[in-house]
Amino acid sequence: MPGADLTRGADGIGRARSADDIEGAGGTVTVVLPRMLVDAAGGQRRLAVALDAGATVADLLDRLGEQHPRLERRVRDEAGGLRRFVNVYLDGEEVRGLAGPATPVRPGQEIRILQSVAGG
Amino acid sequence: MSAPGGTLLAIGTKKGLWLARSDDRRSWSVSGPHWLMHEVPSVAIDTRAGRTRLLVGVRSEHWGPTVAHSDDLGQTWVEPERGAIRFPSDSGAAVERIWQLQPDAPDRPGVVWAGCEPISVWRSDDGGEHFELNRALWDHPHRPQWGAGYGGAAAHSIAPSPADPDTVHVAMSTGGVYRTTDGGASWTARNTGISAYFLPEPNPEFGQCVHKIARDAEVSERLYAQNHHGVYRTDDAGDTWKSIADGLPSDFGFVMLTHPTRGGTAWVIPLKADGERIPPEGRLAVHRTTDGGQTWTRFDSGLPHQEFNAVLRDAAAVDTADPTGVYFGTRGGEVHASADEGASFTAVAAHLPDVLCVRAALI
Repeated sequence: MPGADLTRGADGIGRARSADDIEGAGGTVTVVLPRMLVDAAGGQRRLAVALDAGATVADLLDRLGEQHPRLERRVRDEAGGLRRFVNVYLDGEEVRGLAGPATPVRPGQEIRILQSVAGG
Repeated sequence: MSAPGGTLLAIGTKKGLWLARSDDRRSWSVSGPHWLMHEVPSVAIDTRAGRTRLLVGVRSEHWGPTVAHSDDLGQTWVEPERGAIRFPSDSGAAVERIWQLQPDAPDRPGVVWAGCEPISVWRSDDGGEHFELNRALWDHPHRPQWGAGYGGAAAHSIAPSPADPDTVHVAMSTGGVYRTTDGGASWTARNTGISAYFLPEPNPEFGQCVHKIARDAEVSERLYAQNHHGVYRTDDAGDTWKSIADGLPSDFGFVMLTHPTRGGTAWVIPLKADGERIPPEGRLAVHRTTDGGQTWTRFDSGLPHQEFNAVLRDAAAVDTADPTGVYFGTRGGEVHASADEGASFTAVAAHLPDVLCVRAALI
């Protein structure tokens, strides 16, 4: 379900588990957040998000926005574009090198959101 | 000074917000940073409605821009869950930066204006918690021809008329001055007399690079403009502008301030030139007129003997005390305060990141 927390260690950091380990994992993907976005996700670093068949990265962000609108705003702007210095990796591949927000997302995949190098 | 809480000075910088407090406007205690590593290009201190509300237009290089507010002098901040300022989906646009947060007149509590990049004007009727895009300006036929100054394309000055709630002046870079007299339902360019020397036609209807406008305290049809070269005054609500640059060491700069209650009084902080954006001779000074720009007086008492940093358009402000306080910060992170209408200054802070905006209020 959107926003469901996964397992956490004593340090509060989520421990990696494959999405297949999650109860009812069919149709869910794992979203891993950078520490800077934990507050915007209600204190969670890892989120399991249920998606419909044929869902895309944009659909995933729509679902995140329903549960955590502040988190979604930080990842993309209101026109739907990924923010310039935010990178979204799908199983290790940056989605801009795939099909961007239209990139298909399959159950069990991991979406890792990271801030890129920026600022001065 | 009669405000029980003294004077609050909000300092927005490239990397966060600092707050300074003073009982005498000469010695200051500075706290911060708030919003560390967030650019703060706009801040407002709204003392209407029986409270002191801080509004900040913050922008993270990574996570984007938003407007947040604090009703406890920065101890806690509220960021509306759905976002305070977002373009409607049919616009296809996204807010890049909030350049201006401007509370309306004292008798219109709750009304707050925002000016943004891309060039757009927004209005809030709930004290800055939610803003609505002004469609008439967004859909203006001139918009495709508005351009970007060095810092981006933005509506950076919003001057509501205290005499008429339907009249608002907006300035943008580049585009110039626009005026509505019907509460924002329509806007007309009001730039006659303002030069755009950088264009093939130097006197166009619009396209000027006006850096800042400010309204006269007593005559609502009188406004002052610091242009990208050129200092001007209008006495007919922008229908025509005339130069008031005589007596200044340069007609370039970003700042234009007006007195909160006394007509004819304004301040500028000249820079040498477009191609040399430093104080003339490296000597920082504030220039004040008390006769609507006919004459100017230079003041530098208490300011550094040498300064090569610019003062940006919103990095200067006045308070509402008598005598009025004048405040400004530099791109070198120094902040100066005057308790005597600019005649002399004391240092508030130094070594901050680039100062982008300051605002002061008695609380």
